[in-house]
Amino acid sequence: MSCDFTRTVLHGYLDGELDATGAAEFERHLESCRECTTALGAEESLRSSLQRSGLYEGAPVGLRKKIRAGLDAATAPPDAIRIPAWRWLAVAASILLVASVSWFAWLRPARDSAASAPFTAAEIIDAHVRSLQPGHLTDVASSDNQTVKPWFNGKLAFVPPVKDFADEGFSLVGGRLDVLGGQNVAALVYSRRKHFINVFVLPTREPDTPIHPPGLRQGYQWRHWRRQGMEYCAVSDVSDSDLYELAQLLYQ
Amino acid sequence: MSGSDQGKGPDVLDAQDRARFEQLVLPHLDAAFNLARWILKSRAECEDVAQEAMLRAYRFFRGFHGGDARAWLLQIVRNTCYTWLEKNRPVELMTEFDEELHPQPSTSPEALAIAGDNRERLTRALETLPPRFREVLVLRELEGCSYKEIAAITAIPIGTVMSALARARQRLQSALTHSPQEASREL
Ligand SMILES: [Zn+2]
Repeated sequence: MSCDFTRTVLHGYLDGELDATGAAEFERHLESCRECTTALGAEESLRSSLQRSGLYEGAPVGLRKKIRAGLDAATAPPDAIRIPAWRWLAVAASILLVASVSWFAWLRPARDSAASAPFTAAEIIDAHVRSLQPGHLTDVASSDNQTVKPWFNGKLAFVPPVKDFADEGFSLVGGRLDVLGGQNVAALVYSRRKHFINVFVLPTREPDTPIHPPGLRQGYQWRHWRRQGMEYCAVSDVSDSDLYELAQLLYQ
Repeated sequence: MSGSDQGKGPDVLDAQDRARFEQLVLPHLDAAFNLARWILKSRAECEDVAQEAMLRAYRFFRGFHGGDARAWLLQIVRNTCYTWLEKNRPVELMTEFDEELHPQPSTSPEALAIAGDNRERLTRALETLPPRFREVLVLRELEGCSYKEIAAITAIPIGTVMSALARARQRLQSALTHSPQEASREL
């Protein structure tokens, strides 16, 4: 009833913040201390309640818009009017330079690590959540890939592969244009037992990768991979095994 | 407490700063909102405070020299929240963080599982805690921050993050196992 570890080291152990020696020592202590064993069980149960109860509250979409407007207002506008005509060439050259630098910066992380995507987890989830707002899911609603695929023609600089997997339990719902990490991307929408899955597709120059391990955030899962010059990211609130199944179908 | 967001005056920011901010900091808006929501206990107010903190972070963005953008932003969010609390609800800040708690018999995992298996009840229990207890729990359990990040965000010395969490968890356990009537009377 008065083991000192209960209110100290136990928490470092629970949080994975002890070094290997400290953790091993505490595990030895656990074998003989009933109080710590009970307390650890209670803490683990409390943690799982906290994490399973949907207590995380993400920002409303409207707030993101308001903040972006505020940021724009706090940013100095480029004063193009005062640039004399003869300097336009130099300006154009520097814009080109900036463009190529940011293109390079966009590619860089992908070279450093095969697992990294040219967009962030937050952007993927944002885009997914946004698509679930009424009226935002599809620009073209059809379960026919012969309708959805041509719809992208001329709207993007590439045409995404589009397939329906209704027989496998993933019905094509349609497609839409979206923006991820500042890039225009194709979004293919599938449904699985009344849940929607967004598959974002955009071209890449990077080599193929396997389907990467799942990412999880705020109750949404995603899977990312590259295949034949296309970058894919599937995101949804369905289980990871469902998501992986769809990823495998798309990968073939 | 002098965060890295204070000290020198704000800069005039250009399109390049704007793009960098969009890429590095804005993705952490959900984390910012969630922390503000739990420190302030109110969605309505936390929207304004999260927005203010974000714009404040932007004004001082040139003072951010890389590293952990989430921790950098959350530190500013936290400071903005406490400034707001000092002005609007100073009473909530009066609980001493280091106050000694009487050791309590530990609750059985089963009893906790039942008490904790209820979103409303967990929310209410969390909201009865003083903000300094609540914030470490939220950073650790909802945001998944390491002790090092928690120390950076909350300005608690890193050596005391563990005991701060221990006390916060103990508080939460007793708030959860209290009868609801008792808990609401304390408010
Ligand atoms: Zn013990």
